[in-house]
Amino acid sequence: MRTAHTQRFASSLADIGVSLTRTEAADFAATIDSLVTEPAVGVPFEGYDGVSLADTAVETPPTPRLLHEAETGVTPVGKAVAEYGTLVVDSDPVGTEPVSLYCPTHVAVVRESDVVPDVESVTDYLGDRFAAGGSSVFATGVSSTGDMGALVEGVHGPKRVEVVLLTDR
Amino acid sequence: MSTRSERRRKAEKIRHLLETEGDAVQENVDHLNQGRYGAIERFDEFEDLRTAARQIKEDAIENLPALIDELRASVEANGGTLYVADDAEDANRYVTDVVASKDADTLVKSKSMTTEEIDVNEALEATGVDVWETDLGEFVLQVADERSSHLVGPSLHKSREEVAKLFNRVFEPEEPFETAEELTQFARDYLGERIRDADVGMTGANFVLAESGTIALVTNEGNARKTAVTPDTHVAVAGIEKVIPGVEELQPFVELISKTATGQDISQYVSMLTPPVDSPTIDFDNPDEPLGSDDADREFHLVLIDNGRTAMREDDQLRETLYCIRCGACANSCANFQHVGGHAFGGETYTGGIATGWEAGVEGLDSAGEFNDLCTGCSRCVNACPVKIDIPWINTVVRDRLNGETPPSEFAFLVEGLTPDAEETVGLQKRLFGNFDTFAKLGSATAPVSNWMTSLGPVRSLLDRYLGVATERDLPAFQRETLVDWFGARRPRAPNATAERTVVLYPDVYTNYVLTGRGKAAVRTLEALGVHVELASPLESGRAPLSQGMVSTATERAESVAADLAPYLDSDFDVVVIEPSDLAMFRREYGKLLDAGDAERLSANSYDVMEYLYGLISNGADADALADAAAPVAYHSHCQQRTLGVDVYAESVFEELGFDVVTSDVECCGMAGSFGYKSEYYELSMDVGEDLREQFVDETDRVLVASGTSCTEQMTDLFRRDVTHPIELVAPDAR
Repeated sequence: MRTAHTQRFASSLADIGVSLTRTEAADFAATIDSLVTEPAVGVPFEGYDGVSLADTAVETPPTPRLLHEAETGVTPVGKAVAEYGTLVVDSDPVGTEPVSLYCPTHVAVVRESDVVPDVESVTDYLGDRFAAGGSSVFATGVSSTGDMGALVEGVHGPKRVEVVLLTDR
Repeated sequence: MSTRSERRRKAEKIRHLLETEGDAVQENVDHLNQGRYGAIERFDEFEDLRTAARQIKEDAIENLPALIDELRASVEANGGTLYVADDAEDANRYVTDVVASKDADTLVKSKSMTTEEIDVNEALEATGVDVWETDLGEFVLQVADERSSHLVGPSLHKSREEVAKLFNRVFEPEEPFETAEELTQFARDYLGERIRDADVGMTGANFVLAESGTIALVTNEGNARKTAVTPDTHVAVAGIEKVIPGVEELQPFVELISKTATGQDISQYVSMLTPPVDSPTIDFDNPDEPLGSDDADREFHLVLIDNGRTAMREDDQLRETLYCIRCGACANSCANFQHVGGHAFGGETYTGGIATGWEAGVEGLDSAGEFNDLCTGCSRCVNACPVKIDIPWINTVVRDRLNGETPPSEFAFLVEGLTPDAEETVGLQKRLFGNFDTFAKLGSATAPVSNWMTSLGPVRSLLDRYLGVATERDLPAFQRETLVDWFGARRPRAPNATAERTVVLYPDVYTNYVLTGRGKAAVRTLEALGVHVELASPLESGRAPLSQGMVSTATERAESVAADLAPYLDSDFDVVVIEPSDLAMFRREYGKLLDAGDAERLSANSYDVMEYLYGLISNGADADALADAAAPVAYHSHCQQRTLGVDVYAESVFEELGFDVVTSDVECCGMAGSFGYKSEYYELSMDVGEDLREQFVDETDRVLVASGTSCTEQMTDLFRRDVTHPIELVAPDAR
């Protein structure tokens, strides 16, 4: 099941122009460093066993200056929806929402066990979060607009999104 | 203003918009439509989710007071505030008070039609607050000081060149802007600075969840996310109709809205915020302190706006407007909208077919009356709407109410005696077209003199002057021998005693008095396939008055037709209909006009003539009895046929008989019943027709074929060639 969802997730991401890099926890820091353009900002990874930005080029915690100036923002996501390549970005006190939003490139870290088949299958997850006062964003691909007479990518949100898939988590 | 000068004013406005905005609107709307068709094609659950979404909205509006109570408790438990505003003034007072209490200088907004409805920008600016629209389309309009022309793409009436010209003039860049990339980058940087400086962020809400106080915002640019998360204070403004129970009910809408709005499988961002949000506060004045390290708290105000919605909820006809999720699919699927856009087909705030319901409900009938005529009832929006709102019906009802507002005219004597009931306030033009059957009967009885009369220049001038009948159009040529006359004088070829099937053919007004050839062809064809045919009474179906908003007249007609057909249905006759707009009456609109049982029985037993033919052939009737394939065919099916899904049968029969067929893929021919005959809409009608002309103009070796009378008339004008009904092409002695 896990593989089937991941395959669908990978092909959905390919359809919307988002690259996917597979890695294991042990290679996480090296993978991140190979993907980010500095300056880079990130949020602490809480509850991600053996995964940390501590030994990477990514600066934490986020500051307003980093939000404004960083080229890359690195965050975990709560869930990923295979059907559309959607990342469920959870709002939290460490700043996942602004870090995923402000930088031109968003590097989203997804645990393979968090990939679910479709929108319907995150309903319970969201319901629990909302009931506890939580917020989440379905983010699918890069920000875009057609308002200036042609499709342009990279408006108020990121121009590039890259997914790092933790295959052993 | 006299009726005639009013018609001239409308014609001039439409002409101006066709010239200035039509091309950009059509290009952008076409792009949205292509995306929509593809997204729906890929999505197997579309119809199931439409049904689910409709039910959710019906239930939510039914239970609205309880949902709002639940929502209030949720918002307050989260630490926010809910304010339900009676009207625009009440809402603006609350918002300006909140903004003043924060000593705010700058407020940034993400896109919200509801804030446009209440003119909150003007109210805030009057108190000295700078307001910035951060959605790029809204920003363009703010800079241009123009009104939105589309529910989803507010500035889609502007081309890239026009936006570049505007920005170069207003912002005077060192290097003039040229590309969409350059314009977007400038707007992003310019607005990014406003967002960082802003004291208050204002958003709308696409959906509001009662159980948790969560609001859902559907966007592509990311501006709603930034607007909601950057300033400490968040004010969300939405109509009371946006409340649904909870996250379970949200899911179908998340799947539907982007597909019908922009043709995306899912929008870039669906923000589901339960404010005040957990994200840390962001203080750009202290750039090197970690986020959230100031001691500021987040603050949230949800302002729900009534502004006429409670009255709409209690209005049996306007209620379903409240189910609207503002996706704009009704506008995009509308041929008239595609050509003139929302500056003609729209009111104070809302645009497209559903705008008639919104404007009538929140602004009043006058605002709806400005553009309601642009809905021709073609019904192409019906299948496009993700919550199954009967948008043509809302337009008809509002037209009916507007008719009641029209003062009696001094020229009423011209059409006196036409209307059988208390609709004496209906304008003359609408009464003329709404009672076409009376003219047809008279015209036929006095043909050919009547035809000579109506082709005389002075007569046409008078018709234009007093009744608004476009002089450019040929009027129908009435036949002295009606279909009923012809049928009565002949001997049936398939007597009831031996026939396997029995059909009662409905002789609509056009088939009976004008296009009798298609009626005769239908009788001959059915009989050749062993069907016993009888002719119903030549009664008008109610389509003509309904199209003019004369609902009570239409109801009387419907009742007469139903009474005439009832004995046939009792004896298991099938009802066969030649004119698609009348079939649509029997199948769709009679559901609104007749008792449910009568309407259902007639709907279930009525067939398009080609649909019936297809059924006969599929059930073993001998197609050899029909005409052999002759010249290749260019076929345009009728808009209402397409909505009913019966357009395919003519194509199937053609293919069965070996015809070489090409078909059109425009929504509508542009004539749409009487619409194209009206002086003020003639040019728009021809502009819409141009799309059809382009598709068939090179098909000079093909026979032009159309099912509808209006389409036949429009195509005759567009191509200056004869146009044939499908049944005439396949009838046994048509060779």
